[in-house]
Amino acid sequence: MKIRLLDIAHARSGDKGDAANVGVIARRPEYYPVLVKYLTAERVSAHFAGLVMGRVERFELPNLGALNFILHNALGGGGTRSLKNDAQGKTLGSAMLRMELEIEEQPIIRGEDNV
Amino acid sequence: MKERIRIASGQGFWGDLLTAPRDQVTRGEVDYLVMDYLAEVTMSILQKQRRKNPSLGYARDLVPLMEHLLPLLVKKNIRVITNGGGVNPLACRDAIFEAAGRLGISGLSIGVVLGDDILGRLGDLRAHGMTLNNMETGEDLASVMDRVMSANVYFGAAPIVEALNRGALIVITGRTTDTGLTLAPMMHEFGWREKEWDRLAAGTVAGHILECGGQASGGNFSADWHAVPDLAHIGFPIAEASPDGSVVITKHRGTGGLVSVQTVKEQLLYEIGNPVDYITPDCIADFTTIRLSADGPDRVRVSGVKGRSATETYKVSMSYLDGYAAAGTLTYAWPEALEKCRAADTILRTRLQDLGLRFDEIRTEFLGYNSCHGPLAPAPAEVNEVVLRIGVRGKDYAAVERFGKEIAPLILTGPPSVTGFAGGRPKPSQVIAYWPALLPKSAVQPDVIVETH
Repeated sequence: MKIRLLDIAHARSGDKGDAANVGVIARRPEYYPVLVKYLTAERVSAHFAGLVMGRVERFELPNLGALNFILHNALGGGGTRSLKNDAQGKTLGSAMLRMELEIEEQPIIRGEDNV
Repeated sequence: MKERIRIASGQGFWGDLLTAPRDQVTRGEVDYLVMDYLAEVTMSILQKQRRKNPSLGYARDLVPLMEHLLPLLVKKNIRVITNGGGVNPLACRDAIFEAAGRLGISGLSIGVVLGDDILGRLGDLRAHGMTLNNMETGEDLASVMDRVMSANVYFGAAPIVEALNRGALIVITGRTTDTGLTLAPMMHEFGWREKEWDRLAAGTVAGHILECGGQASGGNFSADWHAVPDLAHIGFPIAEASPDGSVVITKHRGTGGLVSVQTVKEQLLYEIGNPVDYITPDCIADFTTIRLSADGPDRVRVSGVKGRSATETYKVSMSYLDGYAAAGTLTYAWPEALEKCRAADTILRTRLQDLGLRFDEIRTEFLGYNSCHGPLAPAPAEVNEVVLRIGVRGKDYAAVERFGKEIAPLILTGPPSVTGFAGGRPKPSQVIAYWPALLPKSAVQPDVIVETH
């Protein structure tokens, strides 16, 4: 079935030079394995085609139920060189959450998450 | 030794909520107020200000803020640690001493940390084999050497700890890591030594949580922003630190915002790279060892943090002049707002070409449609209005300035139903590019001065 990343994760993004980082956090502990399995660097790279010009790296933080992505060459030069309205990649977290994932598992979406 | 200290975040960046530091010291008990003012670009701006006036070059907001808070800080013995000294911590200190004098406060101890500014030493360092080449691209510093505007070593907590040990109520630094501002009081109060890596890492993680102010206590919260109460009166985060390295993140009772496991998680992931190697001058913190647990309303316990030995190098942050940029906007209204934007963009680009102006980059964005998510944003069926935003960047100041004169004419010589040119012609601004490098720690020594007046 198809699920929206927005429904199982939240995210925050920021800049590191011309790279951006996007932290993606599972809304519930049981969603984390889904992220690990389906939210691969390759899929993220394909999702950001045309917006992120460089490679995508992924790091796992199982203790926080989170993945951290580094999107290289994502900010049009970064810092004050970038002409982008979002020169610091602040909205790339929400761009990530646009993703839809085709998953084999049964639907697990619940209304409430662990705020 | 105190069993617990409360460290309050007062500013997440230069330009942050001006009422936050006051609220942190008046709305509940705290022992320390820590304030981060320095982004990468900030140092070059401050260097420019100091060149024009040798008594400037620091975060000027600090002086009226300290003048406002000093009586309370002195009365309650709340200590302030800030990197707002910029490229001129001594001038910042003197301005605060003057403010204290106006208030009739005497016996005030202020510490400054100097030595991070290596702008005048670049040639000498390179002559001694320290290349300061770009640590990300490998480029030789020689390619930009004549355009370097600022060069600062990131010091860690150690020199701040020395100033605190020597009795400073206020510690003003130049380029210090954001995390060091929060770690330092823990080292000072609990006697943590170098090589107690787990504890240093725990204090560093607390510093990372505090360094962006309200972003840890409900600001910019993606999981459920509707659920954050009363952001108008957001309480900035406070770290309650214990000698064993465990920390509770909280905020003052009665303030707005939210401290939850989720708000803290979002801040932990902000602007990090490989989570196993969070490198500071003080230690390497392993973010995959952090344990978070709810500890009552607006309280999150942070524990389990593991650290490793610090590296042999300091990070150096340099900035250099890299040409000029300008951007202008116009707003187009329904019908066919997006189509009109596209047509105006084509007209403008044609005119720039006819003028023979050359730029390194011209970027067009349509605010309301694609300036944030670019090609990931689906084209809207019909929009009420779109803001056309065009920016240029290049080495030639005159060309960038000329571009600024081509926006307004579109109002009378382009597509209809256009407005939004109240701001005047866009002016060229300097492009300040960032040059990160590494320097052996042995090449530079922090200099700590504590004076009482």
